[in-house]
Amino acid sequence: MNLPVPGNPDKVQPDSFAFDATSEVEIAKALARYPAERKASAVMPMLYIVQDQMGRLTGSAWIPVVAMDEIARRLEIAPIRVYEVASFYFMYNRNPIGTYHLQVCTTTSCWLRGSDDVVAACKKATGISNFGETSADGKFTLTEVECLGACSNAPILQVDNDFYEDLDGPRTEALIEALRRGERPEPGPTIDRCGSAPEGGRRTLLEDAVAVAGIPQGQG
Amino acid sequence: MLSDKDRIFTNLYGQNDWKLAGARSRGDWDNTAAILAKGREAIITDMKASGLRGRGGAGFSTGMKWSFMPKGDGPLPHYLVINGDESEPGTCKDREILRNDPHKLIESALIAAFAIGAHVAYIYIRGEFYNEARHLQYAIDEAYAAGLLGPNAAGTGWDFDFYIHRGAGAYICGEETALIESIEGKKGQPRMKPPFPAGAGLYGCPSTVNNVESIAVTSTIMRRGASWFAGLGRPNNAGTKLMAISGHVNTPCVFEEELGVSMKEIIEKHGGGVRGGWDNLLAVIPGGCSVPLLPKSICETVLMDYDSLRAERTALGTACMIVMDKSTDIIKAIARFSQFFKHESCGQCTPCREGTGWMMRVMNRMVEGRAEIEEIDMLEQVTRQVEGHTICALGDAAAWPIQGLIRHFRPEMEQRIREYKMRHGGTGLVQVPQGALVSDSIAAE
Repeated sequence: MNLPVPGNPDKVQPDSFAFDATSEVEIAKALARYPAERKASAVMPMLYIVQDQMGRLTGSAWIPVVAMDEIARRLEIAPIRVYEVASFYFMYNRNPIGTYHLQVCTTTSCWLRGSDDVVAACKKATGISNFGETSADGKFTLTEVECLGACSNAPILQVDNDFYEDLDGPRTEALIEALRRGERPEPGPTIDRCGSAPEGGRRTLLEDAVAVAGIPQGQG
Repeated sequence: MLSDKDRIFTNLYGQNDWKLAGARSRGDWDNTAAILAKGREAIITDMKASGLRGRGGAGFSTGMKWSFMPKGDGPLPHYLVINGDESEPGTCKDREILRNDPHKLIESALIAAFAIGAHVAYIYIRGEFYNEARHLQYAIDEAYAAGLLGPNAAGTGWDFDFYIHRGAGAYICGEETALIESIEGKKGQPRMKPPFPAGAGLYGCPSTVNNVESIAVTSTIMRRGASWFAGLGRPNNAGTKLMAISGHVNTPCVFEEELGVSMKEIIEKHGGGVRGGWDNLLAVIPGGCSVPLLPKSICETVLMDYDSLRAERTALGTACMIVMDKSTDIIKAIARFSQFFKHESCGQCTPCREGTGWMMRVMNRMVEGRAEIEEIDMLEQVTRQVEGHTICALGDAAAWPIQGLIRHFRPEMEQRIREYKMRHGGTGLVQVPQGALVSDSIAAE
């Protein structure tokens, strides 16, 4: 059918889509989680499976319309039931995206800690000027996202599935340059702290592991 | 303040092994069968006696909620649904349970499921928590391999399956009926209530939806006793609570604290104090973005618990504080929430679909000061027209932060408008258009 992708006329929807062997394993696992007569529940995991496969095989993690039709066929539901789910949820990409999906949180907790600097660094390092755009080399897509739920480690940049936390402008630029070189820095805080513990060291849970294990049982 | 021996989440920072061996060394999965042997009624009675109130924000008694499930064996299966769609801006507590204490959650889910007569639990994890869901899935696989899940789970005689359903970036799915719709494979649009989930929930079957933290504390309450939990905190505000601090403090973090401790003490101890000192504090949003903010004067004395914050016309919510110092443009901080709610409205109810966009546009003008003083009252009225007129509480949640801003920072809003008028030479009731600087037009002449 070769329809142009909405908002992206240079790209076209592929003519066909077939799940590969890796995806088939994932589909079997997804279907096993729901009652057999309720397999429509698997529409969300199946959309993820498509997106992952497209990322794996084409380098752009998105969901073509033909793949949604295939999901509808597998789940025995009307195609519109898949389209409406795919368009309702923000994390399903219905347009091709860059190799790396930069998702920067600008909600208040991140904004208070300097997300403006992270956004500026993303734009500078990728040459992207507006949210929703892909860099000229096709490597990066920049998306503004709402709260990522890791506010004590703000500001945060999510790259594909990984959170990079406690960022500032220079560290964001360094991260993007590392991605450009094909590296995947360890996700998590980019400053010296353990998870969401205070910078400089824990103020609670100070006993070592052995003492913690000795919590009295069956009190009270 | 809470001492380490009374903490439930002992691996909160992932400082120790989060897998099965580590969890067992911390006391999880220790003779779970003995807890279930107490029987369904006794467990629910204990939960009620513990005084545990829902940790997702609404603060409804967890034991009471469980007791609403039908008794005995009806024709329909029962479901336990765990809400891990943590998306309320400022909130980042359940994430730590999912990634660092997953076995505490799974074991507690077994106890809770038994108490409500469910053989299956679904946990809904927000899509962005990909690595957190991976940790939990690893723990689930370990538990199946060790016989802790599946038929005769953990030797309790109760068959129990535990599944993850990942969301995909929709705040509204934190609303319990939207969450159920989403698991059913639909758009996450809330259902009318009644019927409540305990009557007709997931797949039309009796269901209980609880926050991750509400479930995860269950095993410890059962082991240490309802009276231990009830003895912490204050009357009607029992127990410990996972809290977080974000924003302008020296050391933002997540921590577990007793309810009923003063906000100031918590910010000083856990947050390392307000950036630039306590006197540099402007305001605190006590529990996620939908609860109204509190100015410094109230933060001096208010206690962090359900009833104390209710008395100040705000709420404990998720107990994840956003601290703002005097450098903050408070109007812009709240306007960003209006943008959030506009983005996250599911579009089902007109007052919310249209109101969130309208409120966002007016709030954005308030940030500039490009408004009339009278519009502050109009904005307030519109928030009242959205609040309480929608199927779910998202409309309310969008209204409350603006109401809090107007209640406590009206002089700042008025000042912003006056400054804009002065800068642009406007004096009367006619709204000055965007970007039309008087000095520019003079220069053009």
